[in-house]
Amino acid sequence: MTHSMLFDAHLCTGCRGCQVACKQWNDLEANTTKNTGSYQNPPRLSANTWLTMRFKEIEEGDKVKFVFGRYSCMHCEEPACATACPLQALHKTKDGPVLYRADRCFGCRYCMLACPFEVPTFEWSQNEVQGPWIRKCTFCYDRLQNGREPACAQTCVSGALKYGEREELLAYAKERIAKYPDIYQQHVYGEEEAGGTSVLYISHVPFEHLGLPTKLGNKAVSARAQDAMFATPIAAVGLAAGLTGFYWVVKRRREMAQKSGSKDQRG
Amino acid sequence: MARAADGKPISTVERPWLDFNELPFRTTRPPIALVVLLLLTLLAAGIFIVRLATGWGLVTNLNDNYGWGLWKGFNTLVGIALGASGFTTAFAVYVLGGEKYRPFARMAVLVGILGYMSSVFSLLIDLGHPERIVFPIIYWNAESPLFEVAWCVMLYMTVMIFEFTPAVFERFGLKRAETVVHQMVIPLVIGGTVLSTLHQSSLGSLFLNVPDQLDKLWYTPLLPLFFFMSAVYVGPAMVIVVATMASKALSRKLESDLLATLAKALPVLLGIYLFARVAELAGARELGLLFEGTRSSAIYWLEMSIGVIIPMVLLAFKAVRDNTSLRFVASLMVVLGLMLNRVDVSIVSWARPHDAASYIPHPLEFGFTIGLWAGLALVFYVAAKYLPLFPPAHGAASE
Ligand code: SF4
Ligand code: SF4
Ligand code: SF4
Repeated sequence: MTHSMLFDAHLCTGCRGCQVACKQWNDLEANTTKNTGSYQNPPRLSANTWLTMRFKEIEEGDKVKFVFGRYSCMHCEEPACATACPLQALHKTKDGPVLYRADRCFGCRYCMLACPFEVPTFEWSQNEVQGPWIRKCTFCYDRLQNGREPACAQTCVSGALKYGEREELLAYAKERIAKYPDIYQQHVYGEEEAGGTSVLYISHVPFEHLGLPTKLGNKAVSARAQDAMFATPIAAVGLAAGLTGFYWVVKRRREMAQKSGSKDQRG
Repeated sequence: MARAADGKPISTVERPWLDFNELPFRTTRPPIALVVLLLLTLLAAGIFIVRLATGWGLVTNLNDNYGWGLWKGFNTLVGIALGASGFTTAFAVYVLGGEKYRPFARMAVLVGILGYMSSVFSLLIDLGHPERIVFPIIYWNAESPLFEVAWCVMLYMTVMIFEFTPAVFERFGLKRAETVVHQMVIPLVIGGTVLSTLHQSSLGSLFLNVPDQLDKLWYTPLLPLFFFMSAVYVGPAMVIVVATMASKALSRKLESDLLATLAKALPVLLGIYLFARVAELAGARELGLLFEGTRSSAIYWLEMSIGVIIPMVLLAFKAVRDNTSLRFVASLMVVLGLMLNRVDVSIVSWARPHDAASYIPHPLEFGFTIGLWAGLALVFYVAAKYLPLFPPAHGAASE
């Protein structure tokens, strides 16, 4: 069983019930925010906000469309954050969620740089004793383990957010976009993006309007760095052998030169 | 040089450990500079304490969009890159057979140690949990570039400290210990070169993970190669800069001829690097980006002209290489250009596509950075004064 969610932007009403449910279940404090000229609030994820809805107005002819996109951890199949983390504090569980182990993290925040979805956040205002940690959506792992669905999915009234098994949700999503070709973009976002994600999206507007990065490609984001890392041990041994050989050649030459009567090099 | 004083090299074994005539306040140099360095160091220490006690809010402008700022982008990356003078010089002297550069080997290794110290101290203030800095020894993730950097840095610091011990042993007349280290020097230098090659390039791999977030002018799959190449060319530049400054501050005779010969390497190394970077942009069909007049392209031009093109052209002339001041200025440009490059890759070119909060380092972030470097300069000064940092050259380099 791989836990998964499907977000259907066409059905979302922008009520932000999920956003509130997430805060309630996970005991996250409210943030004081400033008006940024948009209904979207807060403007991005933070240590106290693990899920926020993106609001966007788009013009279509003379009409304006209001669209909403879920912004939270994608629980990637090949998570860039986990590859990046030097201590495996972030790691992919067998059943889907990407989880965080605070007892390993030393707070380097490389995961924040590596995540292509800008998800991990940091507790900037905690001091040494309180301990600043990385915070992000846990897929409500505590609920999953007790056979319950995530708080956000349970709250969703319009059916825009569905919880289930990845293969089943994928099949359902494909069926739905095939059934309503006039409404939906003919693509399931997350099936293959960045190596695939556990949170899938279907949408009636191009996916960039939901705030999703569309140039990720289908390979894991970290593949390139992984390739480079794989080459490391080989490079190290090769280099050491090469340099040693090189040293012997230079040394031998110098000895020859010295023998043939040139001046002593040592000081 | 005006202040060549008596021209004697700074090492004698008879000197007592602390000679009060030798203390900074009695030297001919105004002590003001040292007092300023000391105050700046204290400032950095103060900022460190505030950061531990209150978190990041008061002393930095870091935010969730910019998880890494000046302390990582500048101190850590630049510190390690400038510290590369340690491995390039040691390699040149002991493996390439560049015996004549031996007078600079110890100094270069010390610069290496201090450069890496800059990284370590910045990491300490920047990490969420500095007390866990050694965790990479316990928890492994061999796929992570940062993991490799952490290991290489730890190992290479150890190597450098070993490479440097002869200076300390010599100072205290520990002949036996000196001989032991001396016999290990070749494996140490080769090991150090391997480690340096690996982690200098892995620092570039750190940014391979983020193809979308970096400006195209800087992002390339070749980042590891470029980081390595620039670490190599900044080595000689750093030796020239530090040796020249040290000779001023310590009223020490400068091996001007030797530095002039060393400077010959720079136009070649810079030329190769310039070619590689332009070829990469051309290969990716992104040369056009250079002429779009955007902020990025302006900064790119600044970086390349200050750090690569102008010093390359200048140092191609013998007259420049032979002139102490001009050679110093050109090499300093190389060093500044490298600093700019690392800041460009890690901060300037960094663009979060959405929800952008901006990041301009907090004055106290600069404060800590400056204070840290001041502290390291102070350590260098003390070491240069009390340790045989510049072993006497054989065949007396002429002034
Ligand atoms: S969305 Fe980001 S934080 Fe979440 S699993 Fe993927 S890479 Fe990790
Ligand atoms: S901040 Fe913690 S979880 Fe993130 S990469 Fe660093 S050690 Fe891993
Ligand atoms: S799965 Fe749980 S933690 Fe994640 S966004 Fe939903 S409610 Fe929040």
